Amino acid sequence: MDKGAMWRRREMVALLGAAAAPAWAQFRVEVTGVGLTQLPIAIAPFRGEGQSQQKIAAIVQADLERSGQFRAIDAAGAALDEGSRPDVTPWRQKGADSLAVGSVSRLADGRWDVRFRLWDVVRGQDLGGQSYAVVAGDLRLAAHRIADYIYEKLTGEKGVFSTRIAYVTKAGNRYNLWVADSDGENSQSALASGEPIISPAWSADGTRLAYVSFESRKPVVYVHDVATGKRRLVANFRGSNSAPAWSPDGRTLAVTLSRDGGSQLYTISATGGEPRRLTQSAGIDTEPVYAPDGRSIYFVSDRGGAPQIYRMPAAGGNPERVTFTGSYNISPAVSPDGRWLAYISRIGGAFKLQVMELGSNTVHSITDTTADESPSFAPNGRLIVYATRQNGREALMTTTLDGKIKARLAGQGGDIREPDWGPFQK
Amino acid sequence: MFKGVFAAFAVAVALVACSSVPLSDVPVEDKSASTVGQQPGGPGGAQSSVAPVVTDTAAGTVAGPANVSRLIYFDYDSYEIKPEFQSLIEAHARFLKANADRRVAIEGHTDERGGREYNLALGQRRAEAVRRALVLLGVADNRLEAVSFGKEKPAVPGNDEAAYAQNRRAELVYRR
Repeated sequence: MDKGAMWRRREMVALLGAAAAPAWAQFRVEVTGVGLTQLPIAIAPFRGEGQSQQKIAAIVQADLERSGQFRAIDAAGAALDEGSRPDVTPWRQKGADSLAVGSVSRLADGRWDVRFRLWDVVRGQDLGGQSYAVVAGDLRLAAHRIADYIYEKLTGEKGVFSTRIAYVTKAGNRYNLWVADSDGENSQSALASGEPIISPAWSADGTRLAYVSFESRKPVVYVHDVATGKRRLVANFRGSNSAPAWSPDGRTLAVTLSRDGGSQLYTISATGGEPRRLTQSAGIDTEPVYAPDGRSIYFVSDRGGAPQIYRMPAAGGNPERVTFTGSYNISPAVSPDGRWLAYISRIGGAFKLQVMELGSNTVHSITDTTADESPSFAPNGRLIVYATRQNGREALMTTTLDGKIKARLAGQGGDIREPDWGPFQK
Repeated sequence: MFKGVFAAFAVAVALVACSSVPLSDVPVEDKSASTVGQQPGGPGGAQSSVAPVVTDTAAGTVAGPANVSRLIYFDYDSYEIKPEFQSLIEAHARFLKANADRRVAIEGHTDERGGREYNLALGQRRAEAVRRALVLLGVADNRLEAVSFGKEKPAVPGNDEAAYAQNRRAELVYRR
């Protein structure tokens, strides 16, 4: 937003593990730009993390940096753990306000015990700690939970690091729907297909994904339980079936169907059944999203001659136009508190992520890329994930709402697109 | 018409709680594990595990009229069928009327500019324009299905106008 702000490019590359570590263990976080107030924190290497597959301290640090609200203070070589009573003076001298210390150790049953403690080094105060007993596959989850604990303790808001992001990759003619950690790492394939997959959408409880699959040579909507792989074809009507959006209570999907001619909005039970028509226009109505309170639906319509974003009651009814600037505004996403609308606007041939404050209707363009797509809010509303093109390649980015802190998410090779940020984990 | 079949590779994965215990009440000097109570959690699958699904391949196609193109091209942001494609559509209408067992899927496509879902709706408009033209020529509507791939299946790669022009299209795909 503040275009006059000084932009600084900072790149942090963290290599996980020694030379013996497998290639997938390498991860990379790029942070561009600086925020105005960032909390300085030192995260000491966790004692014993060299024995585990995951470098807990590096994951926690990258999480906090990506949020834009923290600045990492170098803690290399510190030999501390959650049982230490650290001498706060050197940390204060380095400029840290807080210090996180911890350990990783193998339990007799094969699981890992991850412990940490957070210190306020200005006051010399113990800010508490946690321990997690996890299987190896959940070591990163434990690290993200630690980052969430620190984030909440120091900012007063819930962290989103232990949440999950869904996205789609295309490599050659293979399409994959992935479920990954919020940093894009630890991706697991939920669906592999020889035909496109688009528009994944998390249910509010974070267990199911709705998406559009072209595996039957036409777009149809599935609801897919990611833990079990069980899925159900919920919209396979004549013509195209697309753009699924969950109602906040998880019972209903808003979808775009062409069964009655044209692309129009319908609601349908999340378990399938007969759809109910929501809109009656001669043009295109698509990309529905429920407002967080479930009472209204934002959607895209070209009823006025060009695609614009509208809002209408969730049961259908009179739509009111929401976007007025420009002639191509699509892909609405509403923040969890209902205050912000993120969307994509075509501006001079470029497709740009916009953030509108719904109360004042002020709009800010928050990227300097030209092929932005598919914005989705983090469940705490402080970050947006979106797809774009960087150096000729598809990329997933996170950004703060003011556009000042951006990070490119790790991911599979090939083209990467269609991110959707899942809810807080139970 | 086209049945989606899938195979679930992995069955139910046991959910194991990622147990967390506050350390706040533990004296900082005490490092022994026995002082930190742990929720029991089995050493089974990870809490965050995902069961992968692999789809099968789509249904096959059959031949349409010999020596007649199955492609109709459109101008930018348009779904109007240009006059030069009228004879092509008439040839398909004749073929469909002479071959009562054939059905046709009309697949609409767009160029790569813009959003995926909005392009899906634009491609649908192109497919429906072709469907309406065939119905006007006497083909029964229930033998036609207009669907869209949006920008997902470009005919040619590239991001110049030459590529875009070949990607803004409707394809007629015959099935039995």
